[in-house]
Amino acid sequence: MRRLIWLSVVAAVAIAYPLLLSSPFQQRLGALVLLYAIAASAWNIVGGYAGQVSVGHVVFFGCGAYAAMGSYAKFGLSPLFGIPGGIVLAVGLAAIIGMPTLRLSGHYFSMATIAVAETMRLIVTNTDWLGAAVGLSGPTVPRNIFDLSFLSSLPYYYLFLVVLAVTLFITWWMTNSRMGFYLRAIKDSERAARSLGAPASRTKLYAYMLSAAFTSVAGALYAMMFGFVDPESGLGILISVKILIMAALGGAGLLFGPLVGAAILVPLEEISNSWLGGKGAGLTFVLYGAIIVLIARFQPGGLLSLFTRRRKPTADTGARHAP
Amino acid sequence: MSFVLVQVIVGGLLLGAVYALFSSGLTLVWGMMNIVNFAHGDFVMLGMYVAYVVYTLMGGGPILGAPLATLVLATVGVVVYFALIRDIMKGPMLAQILGTFGLALLLRYSVFWWFGANFLSMPQDIVGGTYAFAGLRIEASRLLAGVVALLVTLGLHLLLTRTSLGSKMLAVAEDQTAAQLMGIRPDTMQAIAWAIAAGATGLAGALIANFFYIVPTVGETLSIVAFVTVSLGGFGSVPGALVAGLLIGVIESLSGYLIGAVYKDIVVYVLFLFFLWFRPQGLMGKM
Repeated sequence: MRRLIWLSVVAAVAIAYPLLLSSPFQQRLGALVLLYAIAASAWNIVGGYAGQVSVGHVVFFGCGAYAAMGSYAKFGLSPLFGIPGGIVLAVGLAAIIGMPTLRLSGHYFSMATIAVAETMRLIVTNTDWLGAAVGLSGPTVPRNIFDLSFLSSLPYYYLFLVVLAVTLFITWWMTNSRMGFYLRAIKDSERAARSLGAPASRTKLYAYMLSAAFTSVAGALYAMMFGFVDPESGLGILISVKILIMAALGGAGLLFGPLVGAAILVPLEEISNSWLGGKGAGLTFVLYGAIIVLIARFQPGGLLSLFTRRRKPTADTGARHAP
Repeated sequence: MSFVLVQVIVGGLLLGAVYALFSSGLTLVWGMMNIVNFAHGDFVMLGMYVAYVVYTLMGGGPILGAPLATLVLATVGVVVYFALIRDIMKGPMLAQILGTFGLALLLRYSVFWWFGANFLSMPQDIVGGTYAFAGLRIEASRLLAGVVALLVTLGLHLLLTRTSLGSKMLAVAEDQTAAQLMGIRPDTMQAIAWAIAAGATGLAGALIANFFYIVPTVGETLSIVAFVTVSLGGFGSVPGALVAGLLIGVIESLSGYLIGAVYKDIVVYVLFLFFLWFRPQGLMGKM
């Protein structure tokens, strides 16, 4: 009952926010918070619940962004066609990347995902058909509503809110299903989970593919909102890092953790950028680095774990064994 | 074999020796504490900037810059160990990855914020001249870096295998509790390992600063180079890192020459993935 009340409050605040705080800056801020919350929630499925720390999620983000922009720039199609295309691409790629890499444990998986993401970025940077280093641009002037290209941030805000709600609902549904129990067991001890008959490899792969699908949608929406994508904004490792930090700051493995993380970090970044101008970009990431170090050192469960009564996180045995 | 190809291979070997030097630090920490330092490449980047700052403030070239960079980074290593690593080592794996990854961002963007994103470089003549051996032309700065790196890496190997300090460190790596019972303090040994590991990156950074572009994000690529070297050479094995470093230097140079400069990083990354998948324990590592 208490959870329902909380949920209604959060939903009411989210729906009312852009109407109450209606300046373009505030609306854009709200939309960005939701957008990053979608991406971080998607990461949470595999990074938080399954405990597989992917640093290469930007690959799936890029799939969505390039598919949405590409379908417009190359074929004149609405991104409404590009988004499903991006999902298919991301899920397929997740299967290809995931099958070998998810066998690796702990650090090795993280390092492999970095290498995959950087390889992808370098390849796209050198592929002329995808706009190389310049990238692809979307519609400059909105033609119709199917372009998902709006002048104001308000339509984006509600679009993102719906997508976030769907992402969170599916995540919640997953955690309460058999898959969710398997994932938690794998996170605690993969060896024990396997010996009890949990299909660890398959479950991790499904979680990875599900996570990739939502990340791809986030990428597509990001590209539509900004109207362009280039290797840095679509495949840069810093996007992965932002997504990961938001989830970890709020609370990895908690349903609303990524939303809380995004609601803190996005305003922080936007405000520091607007105050400090060009030089702020560096300082923002200094801040990100400091926050992430402090979280890892003092509150590895994230901020929300301060409020949830949970058993102490067990030291991960995976780290003690080579892959 | 054409002359150019020999030249490319020699260049690769010299750079590979530097890769071996800074990777031996990562392999030491990794093998001893099971911590992967995602900021390792950024330590090398810091070494480059220390050398650059020393040059601009005091001049003096690598004779002054290299020891100072080693010293500064060794200090950084000890501070990082006591402030961060000691605690996150015992924590969940997410915290371990986040901790060193956050450190990487902190270092990278502090330098970015302070020095800007521009490429810096040392003056061409800081280590002057080009030597010619039997038709091969080798820049003095690369020769210096390669030779010093090779000697220091071998020295590290001797330190670990031939001295009592080395045996103590290996004892801690083998079994902390047993080492403690023998009167060895794991904390001190691990702090020394961090000092050595980070010091090696400082020296490597100062050495390549003479001919490499100096830019805040260079550590990202160098981290991956170190990961590949350690994966290839085996965790905890300094000789492994030496062989792997030389090999990667040559492979990188050859692919840069034969396929194209932009693809040399891709070759290294793909090589890394290949090794992770098929032989995660490395060439000389043991499971």
